[in-house]
Amino acid sequence: MSIIYFLIGCSMVLALIFLGAFFWAQKNGQNDDLYTPSVRILLDDEPEKKEKSDDDH
Amino acid sequence: MKQTNIQQQTRCYHCGNDCEEGHIEQDAKVFCCNGCREVYSILSQSGLCNYYTYNAHPGAEQKKESKRFDYLKEPSIVKDLIDYSDEKFTIVTFYIPNIHCSSCIWLLEQLNRINPAIYYSRVDFLRKQVNIRFNNKQITLHDVVEVLERIGYEPLISLQDVIRKQGSDKNDNLVKKIAVAGFCFGNVMLLSFPEYLGISVQEQSFREFFGWLNLVFCLPVVLYCASGYFVSAWTNLKNKVLNIDLPLAIGITVLFLRTAAEIIMHTGPGFADTCCGLVFFLLIGKFVQRKTYYHLSFERDYRSFFPVAVQVIEEEKERSVPLADIQVGQRILIRNNEIIPADAILLKGEGKVDFSFVTGESVPVEKVLGEVVYAGGRQTGEAIELEVVKPVSQSYLTRLWNNEAFTRLQDNHMQTFSEKASKYFTIVLLGIALGSFLFWLPVDLHRGISAFTAVLIIACPCALALSTPFTMAAALSIFDKNLFYLKNTAVVEQLAHIDTIVLDKTGTITVAGGNTITLHGEVSDYEKELIYSACSNSAHPLSRLVCQFWNHQHKLGTNSYYEIPGRGITADIDRNIVDIGSERFIRGSSFQNINPESTEVHIRINNIYKGYFSIKQHYREGIKSIKDISSAYKVFLLSGDHGHERETLSAVFKPGHMFFEQSPQDKLDFIKMLQSNGHRVMMIGDGLNDAGALKQSDLGIAITDNVNNFSPGSDAILDGKALSRLPNFFKFSKDALNVVYASFIISLCYNVAGLSYAVSGRLSPLIAAILMPLSTVTIISFTSIATHLAAKKRKLL
Repeated sequence: MSIIYFLIGCSMVLALIFLGAFFWAQKNGQNDDLYTPSVRILLDDEPEKKEKSDDDH
Repeated sequence: MKQTNIQQQTRCYHCGNDCEEGHIEQDAKVFCCNGCREVYSILSQSGLCNYYTYNAHPGAEQKKESKRFDYLKEPSIVKDLIDYSDEKFTIVTFYIPNIHCSSCIWLLEQLNRINPAIYYSRVDFLRKQVNIRFNNKQITLHDVVEVLERIGYEPLISLQDVIRKQGSDKNDNLVKKIAVAGFCFGNVMLLSFPEYLGISVQEQSFREFFGWLNLVFCLPVVLYCASGYFVSAWTNLKNKVLNIDLPLAIGITVLFLRTAAEIIMHTGPGFADTCCGLVFFLLIGKFVQRKTYYHLSFERDYRSFFPVAVQVIEEEKERSVPLADIQVGQRILIRNNEIIPADAILLKGEGKVDFSFVTGESVPVEKVLGEVVYAGGRQTGEAIELEVVKPVSQSYLTRLWNNEAFTRLQDNHMQTFSEKASKYFTIVLLGIALGSFLFWLPVDLHRGISAFTAVLIIACPCALALSTPFTMAAALSIFDKNLFYLKNTAVVEQLAHIDTIVLDKTGTITVAGGNTITLHGEVSDYEKELIYSACSNSAHPLSRLVCQFWNHQHKLGTNSYYEIPGRGITADIDRNIVDIGSERFIRGSSFQNINPESTEVHIRINNIYKGYFSIKQHYREGIKSIKDISSAYKVFLLSGDHGHERETLSAVFKPGHMFFEQSPQDKLDFIKMLQSNGHRVMMIGDGLNDAGALKQSDLGIAITDNVNNFSPGSDAILDGKALSRLPNFFKFSKDALNVVYASFIISLCYNVAGLSYAVSGRLSPLIAAILMPLSTVTIISFTSIATHLAAKKRKLL
């Protein structure tokens, strides 16, 4: 059962990596603005122009 | 057959306004004004017309006259505004009130295509800020602001923003603390399970290993995450105040020490999971309590609406001077739509000063040469030159801020319930703990210590500490949905304790700019068109009101037009002479204005008197609800106006509860007087003239029609539309307080149940580990459900 020591050690390291990742994101300002990216993702780089599609009909 | 007169409404392609009269066309698109068209042509030249495909009519109306940004050429001012600058790059953050849709985000992040020297721009939608990085060799800050202004996104640059930026970095790492506490709590829970479920005799070595690991996880929780409680408990003890942080700090310490002792001495598993869980839940409670409205500011004062700099004329030359450096005797130049920053004497030009920020009255006041113009007015019309007679900080308006009400700290407010309760709680808790220790001492010292620590652990007021934040945070979001924005959760409790309400008149119970206009006299349809056409030539607020009154009239050709400032207009329209203006102007100087209750506009067509318009101030819809609460509360009216409307208002306010011709200082003193008589006073006001009273009162509410507009410093901001819900807000705040009381009783029940185990000295870690999260979950669910039900009952949801 001494494998438990190894497993616990591994899980601790993994968990600490995630905690560190969260700290890094926080420090980097990734959580400062939680709203704008949700809008930004909906903006295409070059959306089709409405007028064009109207002309096609 | 009748012809249906439904016209296809033409809407401005840019801002979506109705283009009633005279629209401008370009590229087969209709624009309401030149400003909108210009923005469109800039965007189309840069290939940014996608702006219009994300949302229909995303722009804002561009009719307002553009401001000058000359002061942005002054290095000392620029230095204060920018975030960072080196030889090549400058980074700056602007607050742009106009950011409102996805098109705004898209356009502002494409600034690079308008001017390649702007490398990068990023929008923060909720804060309405844009962060811009540009090459300072190719473009100056002034040019960047002009680019923004040209595309219709004028940044709001004010002195207070400069100050706010510096003071905004008070970060107590709450999120980081929660992350650490949650991390440790999760691990400790897992490592504690074997102990609770039972470890076989062969695997005893694990027990020790898990115990030591738990202790290691407790260390960061106690030393880092819970440090705030120790600091707060210690400072409160030094100030001889007992607050809830003291029993919390004691509880955390005892939990940790007993855990450490048990693990080191191999006597038991300790309470590591309870300790970590307690801190984790407490921090969550703190986080919930902290709600921020990014787009609102509760701390504004005169600086946020004064300009950053003023044009000073020295030796025939104009120069931008920061506001703080303005000295007595300097000649300043104020252009159209600029604000007069200091008390000054008018030297040159025609002063037409709009004091709506100060008094709420939007009709401009005429000023003649040599007259003193008080700070805070906005010049409308031509540019004027003034000589400063008092420095900015000593001016009539700003002097209010030197009053003691503004220098005093904001902690004058009433003690909250949890503060009061925790005082007794701490004393009783320590009493029981000591009592059980003394009870067991003669029998068994070890059991005595164990009982003493168990009492402190089990009675640690976790649920009590959480009941107020969770209830008040839920209440806050319900107020928020009803357009009532509170500064923090403590304001809900203050609202419940108010017994006296003081209201300002102009702008608070009357709508600023919204007036009722009635016509006295007979006017034919053709004459209507004549009057409308004459008034449409004038920019005077009263003429605009007449035009609004007869919306969409046919406009007749104007042959000649002449406006005598302060008196009226004479126009030749369709070969008819139309005179519109004051009574004195129309009917000669012998007539005195006999009716002071309303403003009058008289009409004469072809020398025949046709009657007059009377313009009365319009009351907000919620005024009836104020009458409803006047039985339960003392309601006063303080107005800066003369008592014209005493009669009308006596329907709402009790006689003797109305006071007119009150200066800002009088208002402040009146609130003070009420407070010294033991009343808890709520002040509702809107303008800078109420700022002193708002600050002095126990609860200051700024009322506004547009929450992004200027509102003076206050505890809460109320949207004008929600004034009618005021009685419900009062009732709901009391309900919220009752929820806190009830949850306090629930948490006491848990404490009593736990204490019965604890005093016997036989508290098992498992009971503590179950009881603590259970009571927390009960409190959280009870408070949120009860607050929701209360809101439903008060029709706020």
